[in-house]
Amino acid sequence: MQSLPITIQLFSIVGTLIFMAFIARLIVRGKLREEYSFVWIVCAIILLVFSVWRDGLTQISRLLGVFYPPSLIFLMAIFAIICFLVHLSVVNSKLQHSIKELTHEIAILKKEVTDMQAPDNFVVENKKKTSAT
Amino acid sequence: MKSLRVLVVVPCYNEQRSVAAVVNDIHWVKTRFGLSLDTLVVNDCSTDNTMAVVRTLDCLHLDLPVNLGIGGCMQAGYKYAYRKGYDIAVQIDGDGQHPAEGLIKLLRPLFDDQADVVIGSRFLERQGFQSSFVRRIGIRYFRWLNQLLIRKTVHDSTSGFRAFNRKTIEIVNRYYPDEYPEPEAIVQFGLHKLRLLEVPVLMEERQGGTSSIGWIQSVYYLFKVTLGTLFVYIRLRKI
Repeated sequence: MQSLPITIQLFSIVGTLIFMAFIARLIVRGKLREEYSFVWIVCAIILLVFSVWRDGLTQISRLLGVFYPPSLIFLMAIFAIICFLVHLSVVNSKLQHSIKELTHEIAILKKEVTDMQAPDNFVVENKKKTSAT
Repeated sequence: MKSLRVLVVVPCYNEQRSVAAVVNDIHWVKTRFGLSLDTLVVNDCSTDNTMAVVRTLDCLHLDLPVNLGIGGCMQAGYKYAYRKGYDIAVQIDGDGQHPAEGLIKLLRPLFDDQADVVIGSRFLERQGFQSSFVRRIGIRYFRWLNQLLIRKTVHDSTSGFRAFNRKTIEIVNRYYPDEYPEPEAIVQFGLHKLRLLEVPVLMEERQGGTSSIGWIQSVYYLFKVTLGTLFVYIRLRKI
């Protein structure tokens, strides 16, 4: 495979840098937590390395015995994406569990607060307790 | 025997037409049998006037700020029962499917300490509402799955009409399945070595609201519950 023309190389370097700046801005503004930004920063660095190192992809493909270099890109990209999606599902499940626990706490606390605010309601419950014991 | 404190948990999602009758039925049973019983309606973030209706009733109520589904809704009630020191917790659905007369049948084995979990079954005496044909096939499948995993036969494994003693309340306070919890919970109880008992009860067709399971969701239900059951089994097998 012949090496990439210079224009597309410049284009990809600039694109990668813009992507990194965008990620950095999200972190600074507090819209992206650091632990999730880690993956994207690594991603951007890999992109940057291959933008600068023009023959990198061809050489690595030859090393691994891959005939058609772009298929190596697809393989690695899809693998990375699937890993990250699983990670997001785990995070999502954890969030859902936390929301459930919080909802239970809020519901019970809300009941306790209204019991305290309405004295007759409170007495009814006390009466129930004494009659039960 | 009657000094045991009972909490009846009534999960509600858009049941404004039926919930009042359900709560009144429970009251009627309470006064008739002289039970020391409280009713707790758990409103699962209904979008209709359920909450306004519940406020006018003579019962305790929890109002969930987020819709959790039946499992999360019931667990809120069980957590309440655990914290307030109730000895027995009963589930009676807010749609009027479970006539309160069956309550005493469910409670007796717990009062006599013959079981830890009592499940009201509509199939033991084959009376009352028997559910649709397709649902009965599903129920039969879950019965088979439960037999396979915990070697216990529960005929009506999707029945939500159940009563727990204190030991069981402590278990469900820690973990209770989220969506469609009934068949999954049976495996959970079996692996905790709880004594399960089924008693015959009458059930009626729902009076108001819509089922938590529509036609399209049936397949999802089957897969979800099978997966959930298998994972509960794997998780708890070592106990």
